[in-house]
Amino acid sequence: MAEIRYTTADPKGVLTGVHYMDGNHAACEGALAAGCRFAAGYPITPSTEVVERFSARIPLVGGVFIQMEDEIASSICLQGAVWGGLKAMTVTSGPGISLMQEHIGLAACLETPCVFVNVQRGGPSTGLPTLPGQADMQQCRWGSHGDYEVIALSPSTVQESFDFIIDAFNLAEIYRVPVFFMMDECVGHMTEKLIIPEADKIKVVERRYTTKPPGEYLPYKPDPDLVPEMVKVGDGYRFHVTGLTHDERGYPVINAQAQHEMCWRLVNKINQNAHKIWRYEEEEVEGADVVVLSYGISARVALKAIEMAKEKGIKVGRMRLIVVWPFPEPRVKEIAHKVKAIVVPELNIRGQIAREVERVVEGACKVVRVPHAGGTVHDPEQIFDAIMEAAR
Amino acid sequence: MSAVKSVQENPVEEFLRTDRLPHVWCSGCGIGTTVNCFARAVRKCGIPLEKLAVISGIGCTGRVAGYLKLDSIHVTHGRAIPFATGLKLANPELTVVVYSGDGDIAAIGGNHLINAARRNVDITVIMLNNFTYAMTGGQVTPTAPFESINTTAPYGAYEMPFNLPHLVASCGAVYVARWTAYHVVQLTKAMVEAMNKKGFSFIEVISPCPTIFLRRNRLGDSVAELKFYKEHSVIKHGADTREVGWDETRPDEIIVGKFVDIERPDYVEAMNTHLSKRLGDKYVWWGKK
Ligand code: SF4
Repeated sequence: MAEIRYTTADPKGVLTGVHYMDGNHAACEGALAAGCRFAAGYPITPSTEVVERFSARIPLVGGVFIQMEDEIASSICLQGAVWGGLKAMTVTSGPGISLMQEHIGLAACLETPCVFVNVQRGGPSTGLPTLPGQADMQQCRWGSHGDYEVIALSPSTVQESFDFIIDAFNLAEIYRVPVFFMMDECVGHMTEKLIIPEADKIKVVERRYTTKPPGEYLPYKPDPDLVPEMVKVGDGYRFHVTGLTHDERGYPVINAQAQHEMCWRLVNKINQNAHKIWRYEEEEVEGADVVVLSYGISARVALKAIEMAKEKGIKVGRMRLIVVWPFPEPRVKEIAHKVKAIVVPELNIRGQIAREVERVVEGACKVVRVPHAGGTVHDPEQIFDAIMEAAR
Repeated sequence: MSAVKSVQENPVEEFLRTDRLPHVWCSGCGIGTTVNCFARAVRKCGIPLEKLAVISGIGCTGRVAGYLKLDSIHVTHGRAIPFATGLKLANPELTVVVYSGDGDIAAIGGNHLINAARRNVDITVIMLNNFTYAMTGGQVTPTAPFESINTTAPYGAYEMPFNLPHLVASCGAVYVARWTAYHVVQLTKAMVEAMNKKGFSFIEVISPCPTIFLRRNRLGDSVAELKFYKEHSVIKHGADTREVGWDETRPDEIIVGKFVDIERPDYVEAMNTHLSKRLGDKYVWWGKK
């Protein structure tokens, strides 16, 4: 396996110090710290501040921002920049992420390392442009046609909007996948303290460029971890890549065998490495009767409900997903066998993550959904009631 | 033996992925002819091969990227231009060519075409116009001439076709030309000029599709079509692009030539000039100074 090459952040992009800013601005600073030097975007509430800040900052750092004619263009323009050698992202929300789906499939198929930031709002359609939702959680995994896997992270705070987007860029490089940074309107627009460390404290993953000479290099011959090495345009490899089903040479091959090999690898490169990608935070799970499992802003709102339930003498633990996809299946299963119930508050009404929990626990414990159509966050009472119900 | 071998060798073979041959195109198709011109243009243009990239969308012409032994990327339907834009901006030293068909560039990709021309992104778009969606069996396109028969216009097309040279010229393209698959020498020259032109350059290549468009419209084979191009083409360099539209299946005059060749700062130059004026020494110049 090609070793993962870590370096530290380029100080030019790092605004070391203590700041007071919102999640969208923090995500922009995190992207710059991660080495992102290209963003293509199209204005859409509530995500626009990310690219507004990027457009102001990037001329001082060295790189390009381009406002494209639509989200479809943005979502492929950034991939051109990646194949040209830069780290790149696009930022959107609601209808914008729906428009980008075809190119999420292209990124999965070409194995373009890149980051899609989705500051979630209420849907469907134009929905609630200025208000929060968490209803794109399944879309980000399944949204484009065909079989592939992605990685998705979800921050709960402004600090995490900075910290975790760096992880998002790093994971994109390690696994050569589109990585979703699933924010929401609340985290995006909430203003809090942000500490940006010194550049040499920030770990950045370098692209997996091949050291093989042209002639020996095959664009889609995977390393043992199932991820192939990359080249960029202009290095003399005279390579070909295509969104058609392809072989290791990158050449189109239109048959079931090539399809089998390509799709299984795209799925397995995430599934087989999932244990290295999972990331969650737990508190008082051991000995708990009820565990509240959540993510993003909802995990934060749940803290109040957990405190209220504890005051009533209920043993409540919590699990917060930082990486949502791949889903930490074994750990959730393990917890299910120890508790009475898992309570899942989230800002969507069909249990986008709750149904994943239900699927994984296979009836080992109760799964209590706490649905909310979005537009605001849960009232902690609602989650409290669900915990009390679950504990019964 | 060696004499025989040299006769059989294709003079543009070094630019082709011979391990991918035979190609998917029908015999008599004009696409191969234009690829030949392109390979010759690549040899003549003086651009180092490793700095030249070709991006294609979807369709018969969209397969061009796959046969060229250059850095070549085959993307989604209609979106080769925004991909090329990102690639060019990421590394301004590259020469980036988009090679695709009329449906891909002008219909689904139309918004990207006009915006790239407006921005004057330094890329070359070679758009092969066979007046139909050939790969999917011959549906009507925004370039389909009035009354031409297509599977989704079985009684003949009745929408006004695009005049693409005029469209891109009015959006600010700095180089606009039209040639046909008959004009191999002029087309090759235009490709060389376009690739070396700083800014957004656009070449419309009228090309026969004998399998679908010519057959369905009873226009004969590709030899007849090339003869038609030959007999009806009128070279008008610098023509008023308002006058070059192709409305009928069999126009009296096919106006070809180099219509536009002007100077205007390209995207990166405009960005660098403007931002360094505004930000002074704080601005980090992008690309080579
Ligand atoms: S269908 Fe038409 S355009 Fe396509 S390869 Fe055949 S002749 Fe050429």
